[in-house]
Amino acid sequence: MTRMIVLLKDIIDLTEMKIDPATRQPRTEGVKRRISELDERALEAALQLKEKGGGEIVALSMGGGKTRTALLKALAMGADSAFIVNDDGLAGVDALSTSKVLKAALEKIGDYDLILSGEMTLDSLSAQVGPRLAELLDLPQVTYVKRIEIVEGKIRAERDLEDVDEVVEVEMPAVVSVVREINEPRIPSLMNIMKAKRKPTEEWDAAALGLLADELRANSSVEVLKVEAPVVERKRIVIEAATVEEAAAKLAEAIVGEGVLEG
Amino acid sequence: MSVCKNVLVYSEDRELVLQLLGKGRALADKAGGELYALLLGSGITGAGELFGYGADMVYVVDDPKLAQFGLEPYRAAVLEAAGKASPGFILIGATKRGKELAARVAAALDTGCMTECVRLDIDGEGKLRAERLTYGGSTISTQVSKREPHVATVPARAFEKLEPSPRSGEVIELDVDLPDARVKILETREKGKGDLGLENAPVIVSAGRGFKEQGDLRLLEELAEALGAKMGCTRPVAADLGWMDEWIGISGRKVAPKLYVACGISGTIQHAAGIRDSQIIVSINSSETANIHDMSDYSIVGDIYTVLPALTKAIKEKVG
Repeated sequence: MTRMIVLLKDIIDLTEMKIDPATRQPRTEGVKRRISELDERALEAALQLKEKGGGEIVALSMGGGKTRTALLKALAMGADSAFIVNDDGLAGVDALSTSKVLKAALEKIGDYDLILSGEMTLDSLSAQVGPRLAELLDLPQVTYVKRIEIVEGKIRAERDLEDVDEVVEVEMPAVVSVVREINEPRIPSLMNIMKAKRKPTEEWDAAALGLLADELRANSSVEVLKVEAPVVERKRIVIEAATVEEAAAKLAEAIVGEGVLEG
Repeated sequence: MSVCKNVLVYSEDRELVLQLLGKGRALADKAGGELYALLLGSGITGAGELFGYGADMVYVVDDPKLAQFGLEPYRAAVLEAAGKASPGFILIGATKRGKELAARVAAALDTGCMTECVRLDIDGEGKLRAERLTYGGSTISTQVSKREPHVATVPARAFEKLEPSPRSGEVIELDVDLPDARVKILETREKGKGDLGLENAPVIVSAGRGFKEQGDLRLLEELAEALGAKMGCTRPVAADLGWMDEWIGISGRKVAPKLYVACGISGTIQHAAGIRDSQIIVSINSSETANIHDMSDYSIVGDIYTVLPALTKAIKEKVG
């Protein structure tokens, strides 16, 4: 039986994020939270593998006080159980420390054949946790996956690279990260949402994993100093004319003049 | 102050190597260290040309096992070079392969990594400071890396290569016992050139909620035809109305055309994040206060239902 662990990060819903016009800083307080979209697609991939060949799906997340609520969706979609590492002392740690925490959690969960996640989370865009776990666990990694199946006990996947698509094969256990092309995540039914609340969920703090939160925070490398919307540098020329035809002609001339239609 | 001052750069993309050398030279000079380039592959040529672009030393690992990218052999080669050069700073080209490699190398060295940095500098304490996109591309984060070696990945065109100068240096062949790749490549398919998606389209015309009905998109189609453009739209037009399959923006496609024409689009930060890299942005929106005008090079405050047909006609007359 294939045991799949899907890494899910609970982030703010970026479609609802606003920028404060005065400070240019994002307003993240009070914004609805959700599972990072590509991680949700990794879960959908796991669900489809389970539907074809059987197996068990475990959701794993490192998050905060609201992560339990965000993970209800994963359980409603079809994950069998969920584990959450929730420790205030780990707030703001980087990918280096996060991957160490997740490694400890994976070891506590025990046997697994496949570790799945999105190629990156959409808040940090750092694309590191999957490969870092592969390094720490000494596992093969298959990144940028847009199609996946299990053939004779091995992973067969299609990778979406810049210049080529690559069909690869690898033994399990392995770490796999997916791109958005892989699937469209299902929308859970009301009945499954009700059932989700009764599925097993366990929360751990750093100590439960045998880790020291203070040490992980101190050894974290990348510190975020500032987050700001960029200043837009555009010409901002508003075309004015007596008639629509005249304005259109002026705009057409400007477009042609920019040389952006050549080639 | 930083103990390790050398800078090591690597990318499988030779043009990107030159850009990394441009930035790497500035960092090495500031730190007071040397600049090392690493070339990996099978049958490597042209190592010497890297000196002209700023390298002090070029490491070469030339091995049949590196003919095709495989994570384990490439990782081993980079770690070997890092062991030899003792760099304080490692810059890796942020191609897809480069990003997965950088994360592995950083994990193996028990250090941090900053992904797709568009600005890099060494701060007063000798630490690497970077700017990079976050929150789906709608914000820029300023970050500092505190552990050595400082690792960063750098996308194409973030930094400029130097004008070649008559410099010289040393090419050193590293002899590394490379492991086999654990992932077996069964097949490699070239991406079809005819199948250019929105990401590669040179001209895009795009629809927002200013369109009242799906049938009205023919106005956009006609403009697209006149401009030789691909069509896109905002999230509500695709996700809520279902008029198109995919959208441009924070949770959708990110595009970088030479020309982006936003039609009836208000200009949310979510949409802005998807079109930021466009060379020229043109907008048509009936509201004078719509945000889209602030993020445009040229805009017309007007009704798309009258402006689009007039623009289509004007473009046809201009372009013939």
